[in-house]
Amino acid sequence: MTIIRHELKQSRISLIIWTVAIGFLLAVCIFMFPEMKGEMDEISNVFSSMGSFTQAFGMDKVNFGTLLGFYAVECGNILGLGGAFFASLCAISVLSKEEKERTAEFLLTHPVSRVRVVAEKLISVLLQIVILNAVVYAIAVSSIAIIGETVPWQEITLMHTAYLILQLELAGVCFGVSAFLRRGSLGTGLGIAVIMYFLNIIANLTESAEFLKYITPFGYADGAEIVRNVSLDMNMIAIGIMFAVIGISAGFVKYCRKDIS
Amino acid sequence: MNVIETKGLTKYYGKSRGIIDLNLSVTEGEFFGFIGPNGAGKSTTIRTLLGLIKKSSGSAEIFGRNIETNKKEILAEVGYLPSEAVFYSGMRVKDVIKLSADLRKKDCKKEAKVLCERLGLDTEKKVEELSFGNRKKVAIVCALQHKPRLCVLDEPTGGLDPLMQREFFTILKERNAEGATIFLSSHILSEIQRNCTRAAIVREGKLIACDSVEALSKTSAKRIHIEGNADITALKNVRDIQKTDNGTSFLYSGDINEFLQYISKYSIDDLSISEPDLEEIFMHYYLDGGDRQ
Repeated sequence: MTIIRHELKQSRISLIIWTVAIGFLLAVCIFMFPEMKGEMDEISNVFSSMGSFTQAFGMDKVNFGTLLGFYAVECGNILGLGGAFFASLCAISVLSKEEKERTAEFLLTHPVSRVRVVAEKLISVLLQIVILNAVVYAIAVSSIAIIGETVPWQEITLMHTAYLILQLELAGVCFGVSAFLRRGSLGTGLGIAVIMYFLNIIANLTESAEFLKYITPFGYADGAEIVRNVSLDMNMIAIGIMFAVIGISAGFVKYCRKDIS
Repeated sequence: MNVIETKGLTKYYGKSRGIIDLNLSVTEGEFFGFIGPNGAGKSTTIRTLLGLIKKSSGSAEIFGRNIETNKKEILAEVGYLPSEAVFYSGMRVKDVIKLSADLRKKDCKKEAKVLCERLGLDTEKKVEELSFGNRKKVAIVCALQHKPRLCVLDEPTGGLDPLMQREFFTILKERNAEGATIFLSSHILSEIQRNCTRAAIVREGKLIACDSVEALSKTSAKRIHIEGNADITALKNVRDIQKTDNGTSFLYSGDINEFLQYISKYSIDDLSISEPDLEEIFMHYYLDGGDRQ
């Protein structure tokens, strides 16, 4: 518990900033909706006729003129990308920062086993992700209520759940990588998140690259797809969870044997 | 009882040497010195003992327990002072001290307060605002507040002013008198000579001598200084020859009678024979492979 508390204290400012930023952007988008609604027929036509751009962001699958369609695409880009960045950055640095900032010597010469250090750090990352998502979810739902639209509970909840799982998967993978790194971790974390994001865009664009959807977590966290099916693709999620478990296991194995410099 | 015992302890970093075949034993209640030049393997030894790095071969025990399988129990009774203390930025001194105590699941408030007062440490400051010496003080409090049975100190006095150094060693001696074992790694000889009862010397990863500080200082070698013209090139067992303006100075480790007979052939102005100081012995260990003669 001591390490969890310490980690949360250490990263509370970054957690607050990310949560506020993502929540604020989501709210702004939602507040823009009533104004856009009137012109939506036009906009909808524009958005759905941008060729591959439309396809890339899944705008061919939903009606942009409805709150749900609008939210599916906006949410995908703001919470999807923002959350992915936060989760990756948070997880990639959690183990490696001790060595980078040379505090590992202090921490690991206390009577705490390595397994416990790794476990508590992992829990602190997962907690931060859950906190961010819970707050953002609350902001999103109340914003929708404020603009007077009925809250599409099921779809919104499914979408946010998908993004939560996406972030947990990225965090799991980055956590594993973190155990191997000593420095340069932030770039690696951002890189992983960005690559995954673009893999999904590529998969959206070309039929022959559709298998990429099974590699990137953005494959199952596709707002448009979720709104259309009102369900999550459990196969893809299972694969994603498997990646996360592999990453986390690798992190444990590596960090428990690592020579601390 | 042996507090630290290593048998053939070896650590390689890939292909580069850390320590080789180290056999070391430190008994309970000792004030033990661990001397060696930079890069000799002092820190490697300590880091291996504390489980920060994994040994390549050999075995090591602390309090009679295996360092790998009983790491947690061992660390609970060890206080470690790193050579360069780094803490989490943004934290206040008192929070770092509290965190250290929390990680040990111990309430050390009383002892921490006493230590902070004795060292003159301002606990309200943020750690990144502290000078090197003041950071060291924080590390000292973290290493001693839980009253460990074994204190492992890696070059502890760096950055401390002479007054603080004295206070620090006073504290250590009190702890030692209360029964704690002190393991002091240093390259400052006077520190070892003044405080330690026994010492080991490492060089290029190997233990080259381990004895009481008294015995280490009292090798059979004598420092001989001759004023006047004496050709000592034919004399055996001579080391470290230094020419001075009007004479020669050298370490002699042969039979003293032989030397007196040899020197009687010459007419010299003055002759002095003295015990070499630890510094000289130390240099000798460092420079010529450390064969004690």
